[in-house]
Amino acid sequence: MAIGLGHLEATRLGTTLVAAFLASLVECVEALTVVLAVGSVRGWRSALEGAAAALGLLAAIVAVLGPALTHIPLHLVQLVVGAMILLFGLRWLRKAILRSAGLIPLHDEQAAFQREAAAMRRAGRAPGLDKLAFTAAFHITMLEGTEVVFIVVALGAGGTGLLLPAGLGAAAALLVIVALGVALHRPLARVPENTLKFVVGVLLSAFGTFWVGEGAGFAWPGSDLAIPCLMAAYLAIALCLVPMCRAGARVAEVDA
Amino acid sequence: MRWLKSIAREIFGLFVDDGSFASGILVWVALAVVVLPRVAPVVRWAGPALFAGLALILIESVLRFSRRRK
Repeated sequence: MAIGLGHLEATRLGTTLVAAFLASLVECVEALTVVLAVGSVRGWRSALEGAAAALGLLAAIVAVLGPALTHIPLHLVQLVVGAMILLFGLRWLRKAILRSAGLIPLHDEQAAFQREAAAMRRAGRAPGLDKLAFTAAFHITMLEGTEVVFIVVALGAGGTGLLLPAGLGAAAALLVIVALGVALHRPLARVPENTLKFVVGVLLSAFGTFWVGEGAGFAWPGSDLAIPCLMAAYLAIALCLVPMCRAGARVAEVDA
Repeated sequence: MRWLKSIAREIFGLFVDDGSFASGILVWVALAVVVLPRVAPVVRWAGPALFAGLALILIESVLRFSRRRK
């Protein structure tokens, strides 16, 4: 029995860590693209100071929000955060399905980099701190970082002891992306962003569904084992929807 | 102040990009939380029933978008 419970706990911690890592990876790639564009055109000092200032502010938000959540009854947190994570996860999954089917365009990091770099070149420059570079780097790091904070807090709020693996997953993603950015000095155009969003959409949708049920006091057959079952079910539905939509799009092209 | 507004817009956009999809999820979650525990035959299956409703909302929204693009 103890072995079974230990295994379940490890599964829960592991899936939380992996979900936080993959979701944060997507957000960090988007932030890196803009910070690289700003730094390579306007200089690295102001760009890195802007990104660092935003990271400091985000860390403070996590430090305040994380412990504050422990004072709210767990079932209430699970219900509210579960509903939010459902909105977030199902939205990502829906978008990833539509992108995989070719109904909406894929996100192009190279194009985003060139757009941002062109905007940075057009703007004038004053001596001293480059406010434009600082603001642009701060802005994008805050935007994408806010999403990472939400993911960490939401995944961490699902149960006791989950905030640490969620935070570690996000921190690992940040380290990986920073290391790649320093090594490559160019946007990570080859990261399979839509595949990541597909996987993260499945993981978050499963977590959200489970937590809303837990928060509402529903019984889940198999208890925590329902989480991998929900993941498998969402994945199966999504994988069936992609060819259905793709076939529909092809029929439309032929008809046109 | 402009960046604060765009962050607020971005946070809203985290949860909602298709209004009917997002409201469908919220309405089903609210209904499921209030109604399912009171319906005796489904009480034991309230969790799977919650999932089934969400899956149907996802399928309907994706197929509706796909039909609109034809």
